Amino acid sequence: MTNSVDTVLPRSEVTERIKLGLKKRHRSELIFKSFGLTALTVGFLLVFFLLFDIISKALPAFHQHWVKLEVDYSAANLGYTDGDSLDKLSYRGTLRKSIYNQFPEVKSRKDKRKLNGLYSSNAEFAIKDYLIANPDVLNTEQYVWVRLDDDVDVYLKEIESLGEPLIRIDATEAQWVKSLVENDYIEKRFNIEFFTSSDSREPELAGVRGALTGTMLTMLVTLILSFPLGVAAAVYLEEFAPKNRWTDIIEVNINNLAAVPSIIFGLLGLAVIINVFGLPRSAPLVGGIVLTLMTLPTIIIASRASIKAVPPSIREAALGLGASKVQTAFSHVLPMAMPGILTGTIIGMAQALGETAPLLMIGMVAFIVDIPASVTDAATVMPVQIFLWADSPERGFLAKTSAAIMVLLGFLFIMNASAAYLRRRFESN
Amino acid sequence: MTTTNLMFIVVFIALISYWLGIQRAIRVAGGKKKIKDLISLPSQYGLLTAFWCGIPAILFLLLWSGIEGSVVDSLLIDHVALSLDGQTQQNMGLVVNNIKNLAEKIILSEDLATATALQLQHAEYYLELSDKAIWLKTLLTLIIAVSCVSIILAKIKHSFHARNNIERIVRGLLFTCSGIALLTTIGIVMSVLFESIAFFSKVPMTEFLFGTQWSPQIALRADQVGGSGAFGAIPLFVGTILISTIAMFLAIPVGLMIAIYLSQYATPKVRSVAKPMLEVLAGVPTVVYGFFAALTVAPLIRDFGITVGLPIAAESALAAGLVMGVMIIPFVSSLSEDALTAVPTTLKEGSLGMGATPSETIKKVLLPAAIPGIVGAILLAISRAIGETMIVVMAAGLAANLTFNPIESVTTVTVQIVTLLKGDQEFDSAKTLAAFALGLMLFITTLALNIAALKIVRKYREQYD
Repeated sequence: MTNSVDTVLPRSEVTERIKLGLKKRHRSELIFKSFGLTALTVGFLLVFFLLFDIISKALPAFHQHWVKLEVDYSAANLGYTDGDSLDKLSYRGTLRKSIYNQFPEVKSRKDKRKLNGLYSSNAEFAIKDYLIANPDVLNTEQYVWVRLDDDVDVYLKEIESLGEPLIRIDATEAQWVKSLVENDYIEKRFNIEFFTSSDSREPELAGVRGALTGTMLTMLVTLILSFPLGVAAAVYLEEFAPKNRWTDIIEVNINNLAAVPSIIFGLLGLAVIINVFGLPRSAPLVGGIVLTLMTLPTIIIASRASIKAVPPSIREAALGLGASKVQTAFSHVLPMAMPGILTGTIIGMAQALGETAPLLMIGMVAFIVDIPASVTDAATVMPVQIFLWADSPERGFLAKTSAAIMVLLGFLFIMNASAAYLRRRFESN
Repeated sequence: MTTTNLMFIVVFIALISYWLGIQRAIRVAGGKKKIKDLISLPSQYGLLTAFWCGIPAILFLLLWSGIEGSVVDSLLIDHVALSLDGQTQQNMGLVVNNIKNLAEKIILSEDLATATALQLQHAEYYLELSDKAIWLKTLLTLIIAVSCVSIILAKIKHSFHARNNIERIVRGLLFTCSGIALLTTIGIVMSVLFESIAFFSKVPMTEFLFGTQWSPQIALRADQVGGSGAFGAIPLFVGTILISTIAMFLAIPVGLMIAIYLSQYATPKVRSVAKPMLEVLAGVPTVVYGFFAALTVAPLIRDFGITVGLPIAAESALAAGLVMGVMIIPFVSSLSEDALTAVPTTLKEGSLGMGATPSETIKKVLLPAAIPGIVGAILLAISRAIGETMIVVMAAGLAANLTFNPIESVTTVTVQIVTLLKGDQEFDSAKTLAAFALGLMLFITTLALNIAALKIVRKYREQYD
């Protein structure tokens, strides 16, 4: 024995020494534990801060201020003679006149231009659509509701929520807006157009429908390709593959592929799928293929784990009763592994849904107003739309971006919750 | 007829042939009651027929669409070359493109006033060619599908082993699917490697790897100022390292402490709340983190800098790095937790039984035992930080400053890849190719980190298994 403490010190003194150190040790225990708790709290605070920040920024986007215009639909005003098509009348002039009528005191050219800026640029189409929908209002005066310009809209929203607007608008403009509000010419409505209209350069007109459709198409391609491919690969590797070098290579390869940065898949898509195979740029088809390659490792790994968890007795029973290996795999093992496979697939799809970087490479960043109708049309997807809006300098896009994020997070939440539900439900069985 | 439509038709024919196969099998057996005389089930004969109808036809279709473009092009070039003199043959690519554009105009019946008679004639020839190609494609696909079906139908006999045949096909299909992952890797390596080689033939590799000046604009005119086209990637590497380091400074302590607390101290109730919280952090798309970094964290940090009198850049490395750290916390914590729980409980119980406090057990027993797993986790996290794109694209700058100062603006490898490739690009300029060279560096680095991490983790696992 090299340790002399045991032999030299009497037992009571050892206890005494331990007791002396105990207080310090317990204190350091407490400190260590509180570090852990602090880290956890930091995590919670970050989640809350992130969600609170986004939701509070997003809420204004779900409402939109509309302004009432007294439009004089007289034939003289519109330049209308009998038999003319209602499509090509002078709506801009009519709009301007009705705005000037509302503010008779405005005379100078500069102020008039500012006055026109109070209204959304699509106001002339709004009064046109109103006339086309109700042709009998010709030669009457009508109240038509049109959208306010995004800056004014943000100004009013910030007055409501903060009291003091952060955005600066001109003093005369503020005066006009004030008088409009006082005369009940301005109304706040639920912004349904956010979900039904497509992208636009004007924040007050921009909506997510185009991006949502693009996302749906891209996800459809991804699901159709990645699910069968992933499951087939997993079944082969678990049930059929001989233990040899080839299988080893594939296995290492799948693990490495799962950790390759997503942007590299974008380079692959650009160099191979677009330039070599000649598929169209910006198309959901290409996006779907790139995302498939990216999510395949996730699906394969999850499916393999799930297949591995099927008890061997099931296989042995099937084989013993004369089923072939293929029959065993497809009729007995696969159905039992399905919940796990589905969970893995949903998680993989959720990853693909939020992915942005590779889609930037293959040209899905274009400004696209049309709603894509097929997988080869030019399209954009939700995360890319968020990226594009976040880059826009107009203040109105801030709320739109956050609202789009909320929509995206909503979808992700649904997908992850259903994956968790599936897992729990089949675990308990 | 487009390839997609043809595919649908092939699938339809396959469905019909499934039914045909079943009918044929029943007829061979001599009625529904005698099907047990057959060696396989009728549906297996049907499936085999469907496979034989669909697979060759679809393979042919894919092959055809792969080579159609180049064959049509070379035929067109042969035709055009006859009527053009040698001088214009050099810009044949341009001529061919013009012809294709013209052909599109003819299809859309747009104004053709600017085209010459010769061009029109070429465009007509091109349209004729593509028309023929489509007919040939449709015809051949249908012939293949139908003939395969008839061969198989003729083969169906009492003693024909349909099931064994199907299973051989199924195994082949499964094997092919498992090879796709390998093909992806090969595709990645090929695409970045070839473009990088093309890049290094324009810009020497030493200049790329050791140069300290990055400004990828190439002069369009000889007298243009500022378009020097310097491709020294050192500032990008330094920027990437700086931002990843900041991220790791946040993610490693917080992630590791969360892992320790959750695996050693937390009650099941705390765990049931904390786990979903981490899943939320892990599941938030990176573009959302980018938005958060650019529009919330960066202004906050800048305002803070103003109050303490520090000039912090609007796109400081600090903002991007901190948010990236937040993104990586769940990654570090879940992998470290796995490493900690993998340590045999006997070690832990032994230490606790000797009178050590839980924190002493963790510090002196669990952590040393789990260190390989934790190092693996950290390596994977670093590889993730290096490859992360959206946060830095949105929150870090574009200017390639060579600095280690976290309150200045730096740029990263991924930011430059995105900036160089976003939008339209021509494939022969050094600017575009530079993105692939950067991609190659990124791929090599992350691959090395991943392999190292997997090796460490595997080795450590063997110790306790």
